[in-house]
This record gives sequence, C-alpha cells and structure tokens, in this order.
Amino acid sequence: MPRVTLTVNGKQHTVEVEGRTLLVEVLREKLALTGTHVGCDTSQCGACVVHIDGISVKSCTQLALQADGANILTIEGVAAADGTLHPMQEMFREHHALQCGFCTPGMVMTAIDLVESHPAGLSEKEIREGLEGNLCRCTGYHNIVKAIAAAHPLMHATAAE
Amino acid sequence: MGFEGIGASVRRKEDVRFLSGKGNYTDDIDRPGQLYAYIKRADRPHAKIGGIDTAAASAAPGVVRVFTGADMAAENIGGIPCGWQLHNQDGSPMAEPPHPALAVGKVRHVGDPVAVVIAATKQQAKDAAELLAIDYTDLPAVANLKDAVAAGAAEVHDGVAGNICYDWAIGDKAVVDGVFAGAKHVVKLDLVNNRLIPNAMEPRVAIGDYDTSSGDFTLYTTSQNPHVIRLLMGAFVLHIPENKLRVVAPDVGGGFGSKIYHYAEEAIVTWAAGKVRRPVKWTAERSESFMSDAHGRDHVSTAEMALDAEGHFLGLRIVTLANMGAYLSTFAPAVPTYLYATLLAGVYKTPVIYCNVKAVFTNTVPVDAYRGAGRPEATYLLERLIDVIAHDTGLDKIELRRKNFIPADAFPYQTPVALEYDSGDYQTTLKVGLKNAGWDGFEARRTEARSRGKLRGIGISTYVEACGIAPSAVVGSLGARAGLYEVAEIRVHPTGSVTVFTGTHSHGQGHETTLAQLVVSQLGVPFDQVEVVHGDTAKIPFGMGTYGSRSLAVGGSAMVKAMDKVIAKGKKIAAHLMEAAVEDIEFKDNVFTVAGTDKSKTLTDISLAAYVPHNYPIEELEPGLDETAFYDPKNFTFPGGCHIAEVEIDPETGVVEMVNFTAVDDVGRVINPMIVEGQVQGGVAQGIGQALMENCNYDQSGQLLSGSFMDYTMPRANDIPNMSVATENTMCTHNPLGSKGCGEVGAIGSPPAVINAVVDALKDYGVRHLDMPATGAKLWSIIQAATPRMAAE
Repeated sequence: MPRVTLTVNGKQHTVEVEGRTLLVEVLREKLALTGTHVGCDTSQCGACVVHIDGISVKSCTQLALQADGANILTIEGVAAADGTLHPMQEMFREHHALQCGFCTPGMVMTAIDLVESHPAGLSEKEIREGLEGNLCRCTGYHNIVKAIAAAHPLMHATAAE
Repeated sequence: MGFEGIGASVRRKEDVRFLSGKGNYTDDIDRPGQLYAYIKRADRPHAKIGGIDTAAASAAPGVVRVFTGADMAAENIGGIPCGWQLHNQDGSPMAEPPHPALAVGKVRHVGDPVAVVIAATKQQAKDAAELLAIDYTDLPAVANLKDAVAAGAAEVHDGVAGNICYDWAIGDKAVVDGVFAGAKHVVKLDLVNNRLIPNAMEPRVAIGDYDTSSGDFTLYTTSQNPHVIRLLMGAFVLHIPENKLRVVAPDVGGGFGSKIYHYAEEAIVTWAAGKVRRPVKWTAERSESFMSDAHGRDHVSTAEMALDAEGHFLGLRIVTLANMGAYLSTFAPAVPTYLYATLLAGVYKTPVIYCNVKAVFTNTVPVDAYRGAGRPEATYLLERLIDVIAHDTGLDKIELRRKNFIPADAFPYQTPVALEYDSGDYQTTLKVGLKNAGWDGFEARRTEARSRGKLRGIGISTYVEACGIAPSAVVGSLGARAGLYEVAEIRVHPTGSVTVFTGTHSHGQGHETTLAQLVVSQLGVPFDQVEVVHGDTAKIPFGMGTYGSRSLAVGGSAMVKAMDKVIAKGKKIAAHLMEAAVEDIEFKDNVFTVAGTDKSKTLTDISLAAYVPHNYPIEELEPGLDETAFYDPKNFTFPGGCHIAEVEIDPETGVVEMVNFTAVDDVGRVINPMIVEGQVQGGVAQGIGQALMENCNYDQSGQLLSGSFMDYTMPRANDIPNMSVATENTMCTHNPLGSKGCGEVGAIGSPPAVINAVVDALKDYGVRHLDMPATGAKLWSIIQAATPRMAAE
C-alpha cells in the first residue's frame, strides 16, 4: 500500500493508505483525531473542514495521497498547548454559537480562515456568504455570525502584537 | 464568578470539549476487535424478494458473515415495535403490520434494509455488498397520499385495505355540521404540510458489543432516549433482559425527533455482535440517512371555519390525511392525532371542533415526529386559515385574531379538543410582537421596497403548543405503551459536590449547563461543583429521554423533587448535629440553620456526616446523601406566542429574501436566557427552511428524488435573517419550576408567519394561498401567470 507523510498539528506522521482513502479517514481512523467530523457524502456540509497549508479545505473531498507532504491543522490543534482557547473558539462559546457541537469543528476552521483572509474587516453579508459551505442544523446561524464578527478584531489585534 | 443560578446566561459547560474537538460522539468510539457492518438497502420502492444469493459476498475479502431477514426470522427475532396504539372510529385497533429489521419476503420503500455484510473494514463490507444477488420482482407502489387512497391503489401491506392504518376522529361531527349550517360565513382552505427530512448534522451510528465472558450486550447509539431503546429492543426485538443489556447514547449531534425511535440498525448490530462474538459498528452515510431516518410532517388537509357576521369563530371542521410511510415508527400514530388534532383550538375560543384523521401507508420511509410533531401542522393549518378568512371576508387579520383569543383571565381553559391550558396571555405576546416587529411602520417599508422593484410582505402567526409530555395515565388512555414521567438522581458526594443523573438526554440543548443551574439555585452548590450525567442505562436509574420539549418541565421537575428529598434528609442530620428539632431547621443557600439562632451547618458538613456517620442518627436514618425521584407531570405545558416574518420577493426571479423575523414566546420560567434564545433561533431556522426551501420529493414510482444535500435544500447562513427573539412569560401552574419548554416553539410558530408574509407580498397578484415550500421557481411561475392578466386590467 502507498504511504503518505503528513504533518498534523505540528506532528509528523507516515501512514499506509489505499488509493481511495480520504484525508478525513486518515485523520479520524489512523490518527484518532476524531474532532474532524463527517456529516455527508457529497461535500456539502463542511463538518470535515481542516486547514491544509493554511487554507480551509473539506477533508472528505481530498484523497489522503493528495495531501502527501502537507501541513495540516485540525480542530485539535487550534487552541494553545496549555489549553487556552483560540479567540474564535472563545467567541463561539461567548456567543452561544454551538449547540450539539457536531458542525462546530468545521465551522470554526472555516471561520478562522475567513477572518484571516479578510484582515480589513468582514460585513455580516460577507460572513454569511463565507459560511456557504458549512451547514448547521441547530443554531439558525444567528449566533455563529455574531461570534465570527466578534472574533475578527480579537484575531487581528493578536496578529498585530 | 457571578450569579450562576436560575435566570443567568451562564456559558455552557459542554462547549470547551466541543470547540476543541474532544466531543465523544458515537462514531468516535471504536471497540477492540471491532468489525464493520454495511447494510444493503432496497433500491426500489416495492418488490417481492425471490431469494438472496449471498455466496459471492460471503467469499469476498475481509467478510466475516452475511445475514438476511431469513437468518433473523429463523431465530425468532421480533419486528421493530410501535409505541402507540390508536383506535379507529368504530373502536377497532389500528392496522399494525409487521416491521422486520431486515426485510422478509418484500421490500416496501427505497432504503428498506435487506441484508447486512460484516467485514474487517468498512470498505470491504461495502464492496462485498455489491456482490449480493437479490432476486426482486417489482410490485406496483404508492408514493404519496393521494395515490395511496385512490380506488384500486396498490397495497403496501397485505390485508391493510385501502392502505388505511387508522380512521380516527375527535369531536362531535353532527354538532359541528349543525353550526356550519347556520353560520353567516364559511371559509374553506385545502392545504398541504410538506414532507421534511430532519437531517441532524450527525448521521446515525450504532455499535453492538457482546461480552463473551458475561454474556452482556452493549449498544452505543445516536439516541435521544437510551432507556426507551433498551426497553423496545430488549423486550420486543432481541429478547434480552434489561440486566444483560446496556445502551449508551454519548454526545449526540442533533436529533430533532429523528433519533427518538428504535431503528432496525440498532437491533441488527446488537444481534450480529452476539452472532460473531465481536463488536459490530455501523455508521450511516448521509445518503442512507435520507432513506432511513424517519421523515416528518406530510399532511394533506381540508379545513373549514364557520363564522358569525363579526368574525367570531363558531366552529372548525377538518379532514386530514397523514402519511405513515411504509411501516409504523415508534411514535408515528400519535403525531397526527394527539399531538395535532388536540391543538386545533390554537389560541382561540372556537367552541366546537371536529377533526377526522386517516393515517395512510405508502411506499416511502416511515414518517414520525420531527421538531414540533403535529403541532406545527396544527398551527400552520389554523394560522393560514385565519389569513384566508381575512382575505375572503375583508376582516382585519390582527383584529380577527384578537377578538377570538382566549382571554388571559380564562385560565385554566378547557378546549373542545381535550386539552386544558393552564396559563398564557396571548394579547400580550401579540402586542409585544407587533411592537418589536414595527408592524405599524410596515406600509412605509413596503412602499420603499416597491421603489427598489421588490415586493415586500409581512405575516403573523399566533400559536400555542402542548409539550412537557406527559401525564402517564393520560397518555396511557390515549394508546401510549409507556409512561412519560422522568427520573433524576441527585448524588451529594461526601465533600459536598454534586452529580446529577438525569433520564433526559442532551443532543444540543445544553442540559449539562441548565440542569446544573437548578442545583446552584436549590442547593446552593457552586456551578463548577455540579456535574450532569446522561445517556447511559448503566449509570442512570431510568428515564424516558428528550423530545417534546420535556427535559426541563418534566426532567427538571424530577430534579427539584429529588433535591427536596436531599434537603429533607439533610434537615434531619442537621437537627441531630445541632441538637435541635427538625421543624426548626431551615435551609437556604447551602446552609442549614436552626431558626432564630446563629447555629448553622453547611451542606458539606451534612454530607460529610452522612457518609462518615460517627455522630449520626443511625437508628432512624440510613447513611449517605443520594436521592432519586420519579416525576409524573400533572398536565402538558402550553408555550405560546407570536411570530412575525417580513419578506421581500424579487418579481424577476421569484426569490424570497427573509428580511426580518420577530418572535415573542411564552416559555414559562427561563433558566438560561442565552440557551432559550438559541433554541428559538434554531427552531425558527427550521421553520423558515420548511416554509421556503425544504421538501422531500418522491417521484410517482416511489424513488426518492431529494436524497442528498445536493437535492434537499437545507437552510444556509445566507438564507436565514438576524432574528429578534424575546419572551413574555406566564408561569406553568402545575410543575415546581413554572417552566413550559422552548425546544420546539420556533419550528411551530414560524412556518405560517413566513407563508402569510409571502402571500401578503403577492397580494396584488391574486394569491389566496400557496403551499410550502415557497421556492423561487414556484413564486416566479405565479408572478408570470398573473402578470399578463394584471397588464390587461
């Protein structure tokens, strides 16, 4: 079987995969990083979003082989090593932007990329459009939008320090 | 730490684990030596199974066993049971055809499980399933209500004539007909409540585990009610006694009703684990969820209201066809009857009501409770009918509602359809709703929208629902095969911290937080010293689970009762330690005091004495401080309120934009306002989804057309507006908390408000009514059809 080498949350792993193995299957089943979820089989729901080389990607829509050599960040690697939450995680908690928590990892990963890629600011409409690829059935999105808007200044203030 | 008791928007305990990827959902669990199940499902709606050749699949790489329905039947495995028995108008019981876990003889809907392949990996099981040769002979199918009740329709089950599961009625038809005969106005409306697919974001998962040393079975499952699954599966399907069967429902990623029911896959993996003597795991792919999770709604109704000249409602007459799908799911028969017809009084003093419901089998996925369950159907029917009455008679839609409201001083109020509402104030929720929505300024906004080429409309719905289910004796008399009490155990540990064991189940509602707040308020224990445990039959004494917005009103009340017992026992211990009479002991804010003195003991002093009973009234009192209570509610609870939607339609495309949504709900005592707002927002989003975009479509032959997220339109962030959510509460009078419930109000009140707004926006186009979902294509067609006529006028 072919082998791929991935750096996930700063740690390097080499694993054997089938040609058809998806990146999300490697993360969940081989590396036991079960924070990344699978909510559909048509690349619609976004529960599986991770960052590959800094960009948010649906890990159910990438073959593991495509990610060979990549630097991957999953939800488990977002908080600081001491457990301090990332500002996006903190704002999700503060604004009650999660209920069952299943879409949350993908939602947070998408939101972080969205804010990082819009340093000048994000309108409510831009946030809603930026969440196009992520489904949530619990919250009605209202509080997710609020949380992302609140995280924007915090993340860019942190970046400026 | 600030105030963390009842009424505080405490941030949730569960959030840190969910936000850092440390949730423990069923699919995150792997058991040592685990095998994987793939379930082969019917690809056709109705067919005879001549035989299943499993040889090639059994010989495929990695395959351990293949089982079919015949294998389960050979071991006398029972069918999937139904939890309610309804009766026909003539007193005979409903038709209750068998529902084998794996099909026997026939398949009856696309997605019906036919065989299970168990292999070393998921991929091997799936690959091998492709090698199963199933000899099908297709049979004619009925895919919708209209076809299923037509003369000469194909029968879903042999011996169920006309596909009628039951023909049920409430009210006195002769009396109601008499009222209609003498009425000044009669307004009639035909309407459809569209079929929905719940789509919790976490697909269903089941892991069966068999302990070869003890013979014990464990089922890990995505369930809203593990004890109910243990009861149904153990007693009726697999014949495993409760002491040998544990059911664990860990973190569950949303339910909305769809995870209440006992599903075939749970029985299949548990049984198969015993056969292969290894754990067996099944994880639904989303495509399987679409064709195997119970669907919701799916009513076709005719509603008529009789009115006097001033617009007072005199009588309501309704005929409804309700789709059951191919088999009866756990709660299915109760949904279009006791959760629907009993709500048809709504918030109005309509004196007489008659409703006939025929439940119908079709070759579709079983239909059961989905967020609101029956009450959204009742509310949609009533609130659309009232707007149509206003349309037909020229009466004002707000005045029409106001003059027919049950007044605030009329509670308790006995409706003509069995329920007795305990409290409510519909004039107030309406008044606040109109104010918050800026109703009076609407015409200016409509004019401004017109200047931009947009059609703007506003719509209202005023509703009541019944939740906090339910008094056991009442539901028993209505056909429930279970009690609907709830259970709580309060364990005060030796050093004063508390673990709550609740029979309710949290799958997004935030029970770990809200229920802990009850302990903060009643026992004065700090929030971070309270832990809430749920979802495991090995830990929780018993429980009926979470649905029908019952967790707080029923489960929370059980906690209050158990904490009362803790306090009562604590007073006896305190009296002994402080050498006082029990009657003189007072308890407040974690402290037992001898009344009128400065003598006191903390709860920790008392719990320590209870577990280290050196100086203790051991003759009269057992050691320990751990109390359990079962709470059986005295009545349903009746949340209600007012929802107002404002939309803009682009006449060039027909696309609806939700521009404003206002909810003012009466949910009784609020424990955590932040969580209540979140529950309402989420429910409203599902209601907007039903009204504008979601629709489960079967083609005429019974193939599921909306079988993926590419075909079934889920609301996305851009489809849902910011919402104004507020509460105006009256207290529930019959439970100790005063809480009514908030989980379903959003999905119940909102769909008619949205459709009323759409119809209002199209008022110049001659629209009296349109069925959900109000998609762009549908509205564009209406606008196009009306435009030449309007131009000609």
